[in-house]
Amino acid sequence: MAIVYEKSKGLTDVEMHYCPGCHHGIIHKLVAESLVELGLLDEAIGVCPVGCSVFAFKYFSCDMQEAAHGRAPAVATGIKRTHPNQAVFTYQGDGDLASIGAGEIVHAAMRGEKFTTIFINNAIYGMTGGQMAPTTLIGQKASTCPTGRTVEQAGMPIRVSEMLATLDGCVYAERVCVTDMANLNKAKRAIKKAFEKQMRNEGFTFVEVLSTCPTNWGMTPLKANEWLKNEMAAYYPLGVIKDISAEVK
Amino acid sequence: MSARVTFNTDRCKGCELCTTVCPKHIVVMDESVVNRKGYHPATVKEMELCIGCASCAKMCPDSVITVEKF
Repeated sequence: MAIVYEKSKGLTDVEMHYCPGCHHGIIHKLVAESLVELGLLDEAIGVCPVGCSVFAFKYFSCDMQEAAHGRAPAVATGIKRTHPNQAVFTYQGDGDLASIGAGEIVHAAMRGEKFTTIFINNAIYGMTGGQMAPTTLIGQKASTCPTGRTVEQAGMPIRVSEMLATLDGCVYAERVCVTDMANLNKAKRAIKKAFEKQMRNEGFTFVEVLSTCPTNWGMTPLKANEWLKNEMAAYYPLGVIKDISAEVK
Repeated sequence: MSARVTFNTDRCKGCELCTTVCPKHIVVMDESVVNRKGYHPATVKEMELCIGCASCAKMCPDSVITVEKF
């Protein structure tokens, strides 16, 4: 008898508080499995955001640090500079990273800080009750735009990966999703690649994971998966946005 | 070669994501059961058809599923 798959050693046994069908749990697993497979779990240090994943420190079995809202990249900068040989990552949602923390992430990428950011983009503020985020799609309903987001009032949604890819300090940016097995495997490869590049001191690495929020989107988890594939992926194209070492080859 | 899937049933939140990725379509929601959280948990009734690919386990957000091969 051989175990083909069991809960990752990179996760604690604490039950996650996420809503049914939320992709946070899947993405936590991919990060934890990547750290275990790369042999980095014992020396990894993660930085949590504010948002739905504010309690991520309870779920990862590596060292974790909580940061103020949006400031995870600043905290990770300090940790990585004092622990240059350890794997450091931030795990941030779109309300945290693309809104209040937009300054921190841009400047961390500009400085080429050698940590990895896992960016969860679900196009809405989850924890606070479904308000419009900078990433909310045009026409998408949220509690602060009940008839749908308009360009006139809120402009076009921000594509964070493309924006950060314009900065020289950012060596790797890829956008993935976890709606099906093919994409889930790609997402895991992207996360592992980001950590490998970090450990080779190549620069700032960024993985954006499109994620669902069935509760605040007002959909079942399966409908939310479809909406992500049809609507979100149309505006936020999946794939490698930037890979410096690949370009050199 | 046979495979077995076990569910930590009380942790299942009934999201059904595991049912969408099973190539054999044998992962189903057990509507005869209500778990501790109040959901119908996922289960496999036709275990002999399982190929042990672990897709369901990899997709589960709450790490409910363990897969073994014999």
